[in-house]
Amino acid sequence: MSRLPPALQRPWVREALWCALIAPMVAAPLLGAAPRLLLALGSALAFWRAYVIGRRAMHARQHDVALPLGSQSNWMLLASLALVLAPHALRLPAWLTVLVVLFIGWRIAVMRTAMRPLTRGTSRSLFRGGVRPPPRALLVAMVSAASVGVFLQYGTLFGREPGVALLSIMIAMKLLELQSRRDATVLVFLAYFLVITNFLYSQTLPTALLMLAAVWLITATMIGFHQRDPRFRQTTFLAAQLLVQAVPLMIVLFVFFPRLPGPLWGLPRDGGQGVTGLSDSMSPGSFGQLSASADVAFRVEFPGAMPRPVDLYWRGPVFWQFDGRIWTIGSAPSGPTAPPVIRAISEPIAYTVTLEPHFERWLLALDMPSALPPETRMSGEFVLLANGQVRTRVRYEGRAALDYRVNENESEANLRRALQLPAGLNPRTLALAAELRAAGLAPERMVEQVLDRFRREPFFYTTNPPLLDSKHTIDQFLFESRRGFCEHYASAFTFLMRAAGVPARVVTGYQGGVVNPVGNYLVVRQAEAHAWSEVWIAGRGWVRVDPTAAVSPLRVESGIAASIAQDDPLPLLVRGSVPMLSRAGFAMDAVANAWNQWILSYNTQRQQQLLRNLGLDASDWKTLSVMLLAGACAATLLAALFALRSLLPGRRDPVVRAWERLCRKLAQTGVVRAPGEGPSAFARRAAAARPDLAAGIGEIAACYVRLRYQPPGSDAAASAATADLQRRVRMLKT
Amino acid sequence: MNDPTFLPSIHRVIDQVGTVILGKRPQVRLAIACLLARGHLLIEDLPGVGKTTLAHAIAKSLGLDFQRVQFTSDLLPNDILGVSVFDMAAKTFAFHPGPIFAQLILADEINRATPKTQSALLEAMEEHQVTIEGTTRRLPEPFFVIATQNPSHQLGTFDLPESQLDRFLMRIRLGYPDAEAERALLAGAARRTMIDDLPACMDVAGLVRLQAHVREVFASPALIDYVQALLAHTRRSTHLGSGLSPRAGLALLNGARAWALIDGRNHVEPEDVQAVLPSVAGHRLHGQAAGGAIPGHELAERLLAEVAVP
Repeated sequence: MSRLPPALQRPWVREALWCALIAPMVAAPLLGAAPRLLLALGSALAFWRAYVIGRRAMHARQHDVALPLGSQSNWMLLASLALVLAPHALRLPAWLTVLVVLFIGWRIAVMRTAMRPLTRGTSRSLFRGGVRPPPRALLVAMVSAASVGVFLQYGTLFGREPGVALLSIMIAMKLLELQSRRDATVLVFLAYFLVITNFLYSQTLPTALLMLAAVWLITATMIGFHQRDPRFRQTTFLAAQLLVQAVPLMIVLFVFFPRLPGPLWGLPRDGGQGVTGLSDSMSPGSFGQLSASADVAFRVEFPGAMPRPVDLYWRGPVFWQFDGRIWTIGSAPSGPTAPPVIRAISEPIAYTVTLEPHFERWLLALDMPSALPPETRMSGEFVLLANGQVRTRVRYEGRAALDYRVNENESEANLRRALQLPAGLNPRTLALAAELRAAGLAPERMVEQVLDRFRREPFFYTTNPPLLDSKHTIDQFLFESRRGFCEHYASAFTFLMRAAGVPARVVTGYQGGVVNPVGNYLVVRQAEAHAWSEVWIAGRGWVRVDPTAAVSPLRVESGIAASIAQDDPLPLLVRGSVPMLSRAGFAMDAVANAWNQWILSYNTQRQQQLLRNLGLDASDWKTLSVMLLAGACAATLLAALFALRSLLPGRRDPVVRAWERLCRKLAQTGVVRAPGEGPSAFARRAAAARPDLAAGIGEIAACYVRLRYQPPGSDAAASAATADLQRRVRMLKT
Repeated sequence: MNDPTFLPSIHRVIDQVGTVILGKRPQVRLAIACLLARGHLLIEDLPGVGKTTLAHAIAKSLGLDFQRVQFTSDLLPNDILGVSVFDMAAKTFAFHPGPIFAQLILADEINRATPKTQSALLEAMEEHQVTIEGTTRRLPEPFFVIATQNPSHQLGTFDLPESQLDRFLMRIRLGYPDAEAERALLAGAARRTMIDDLPACMDVAGLVRLQAHVREVFASPALIDYVQALLAHTRRSTHLGSGLSPRAGLALLNGARAWALIDGRNHVEPEDVQAVLPSVAGHRLHGQAAGGAIPGHELAERLLAEVAVP
């Protein structure tokens, strides 16, 4: 029936090729050069292993057990595969998902055909009426087509996405040639592998719980394949037992396994595509988009009292350069710039930030940072910068002075940057600025005047402002639409100040945050992204001015939810108008936060901190490895003791203990008691081997036999005899 | 031991049988222990090693009323149990008891009889009574059967089924005498005459008292644990066909009690269990290995080595 070359008909050849192909495809792009070499070696080793196993399997083929179609194990295998494939189904392209579902359906149809009772006729008529698995040649054609399809979809066969796609479709097709226990075992192990691939996408608690269930079910399936008549309840119970028994080892591995600084493999989510958050530029509408996102930006714990909401300005990137529409960081000034000088006036307060990865370099800090967390530096405009992109969740401790003076002596170059304006734009705004300047007011007064204008005139705060389509965006906003979100106000205010001769810049970041009463920490979501201005006033340095606060005081006092109109789009979770939802949301976020803090963020530092708290000094990975081994041994021993406990009845009987002590003593001198040797017989043999101890051994054995095998006397007599036995054993000098 | 007066007599019995069956003291002692534990004894060995002589000597030494039945393939149940014959003078049927109505029966070469005849004997062994022509008749007390059998590979034998082997508390083997014993045997007087001259060392009442004592020998919880562990191991073990039955467990414990009593002890020790186990369990265990069947006594040795004394 098959027209394949004979070599490919051998299952081991197919599987070896399969292993050697898929594994590097999935893993290679994730790794650096050295791990790639390792992977190549591992691949070769795997190929060789598969070859050897395959050769063995060729000889053992007649012993391979055919899998009865429709047996319970088959259904369990399907269920576990469905469980691990389900999260991928949402991520795969639709055509692949449909194919996978189709193939699983085919398999189910085949199984149902086989289960149909043979009412009349022979097995031949059964096959004519039912669904059969595809012939080998068709299967090969389908495999090739699927591979080509995946290639066309992604343009490559390498990488996470195509690798997972290929793996999923191959597993679905492997179901169609599932005939023996061998095939089933291959599928079971692929299912385990799929569990890992799910973690490449998501490492949240729900994913972990789902995958735990998957591992449980897969293990039960595997157990079922090795039983003649598997019972669901029995196999799942046994699998649960196995998993529970593995817990001590898992904890040891988790705590002691040496952590690499940085992730073990770089997840191919480079550039943070699809990650919402602050960016390195600001244009009208960019913050309005953010307000639709309920994603958590970072969480903050305050050891002391939490500052007032109006003080919660989380400083992010600072923009100097304006081209009429877009604010950017701009190029650094050519001349010498003053180092950032911060003079704290109020007592600095401490806090700990857990920042979600945003694939940028800056770290959010409470205005104004008075101390630097380790391995960070500060830019000239007081932005905390990490050493590289923030690709994993990071945790850092900061200190902030809520009342401060910064850069009271700013460099000329920076002041020039803070006055830059795009030429020939926004004539009406420039005219307004000229008016202000002509009035000859002090900069503070000028700021007040402009803010007053925002308050007085009909300006509105909304996440959904009209589009600014004119070339003169500031003019259009200030004099026509008058509806805007924070970036509109920050942009217009800064422009106006610059035009009036006051050095100003735009600061972006987050404002506010919601206290989670369950975990007692502050959650700052993307919707709380904010933009404000800073003006430089001689003698006072850079001063924060938030024009949005002038338009909508509620924004900074009560948060974004209170300040936005009900019909403006804002995520339910942020709005918090449904008390049940917000309570459940707080609880869920607290759990997610604990999971992040204790499981996912358990990195080198936290490991060492924990070990230090345990009184262990584990400075390098060698010590850690030794500890790991020791811990693993201890865990295994513990489990073994637990398992062997039942084999040692009467362990606590002092009489038996004394006797065992004697046996140990004699064993040290070379007279070892066989397990099946009775006490009198052993005593005779031992006495013959050690005539010098004959009397002592004889007495002890007689005493032991009396206590253990003769009718018991009074309790007092028994305990006296026990004490006597113990004393005699103790006194026996071997 | 609250009544030690009978112990010396049991040792005299063993000594005396030992003068007839030379060099087989352990087997003699096992045989006596079996009778004290109220069990029946099966002696399996080649013809001519002294099976019948041993049975004879025991009967004489214990002062028991003795009958010997030679089993052949044409032996009928009535030949053992007895038959009613019409008495012409009295005009009635008179029951003529068969050899089974003796205190000690020697069933010689039991596996040469047909299963029907075998089972007639075995029913009597179990029930201590026989039913002949509708009348149930009690057998005398004490009642022992010592059966001998030829190894099953000999010609003209009907193997006893496992269920019937189980009725025998012990199976022992005699084996060839060692060189010294054989020289003494060849040089000595004829065994037959020696047996005829043996005096009885104890009376029936004494024997019954001793049997009662056996039941009172103390078995501590630790020892019961050991016996149970042995039984459980035979049931778990992979190289034993089927495990030992609870009846076998009771036989083992009673045999060990009798063995301890002969030793003059009023309690059982693990060594007593170990001493009787090969004889008690040997014919009840059936091991299969790659090379074929494993002899029962070898399995028993393995069992003893594998189960730890608690």
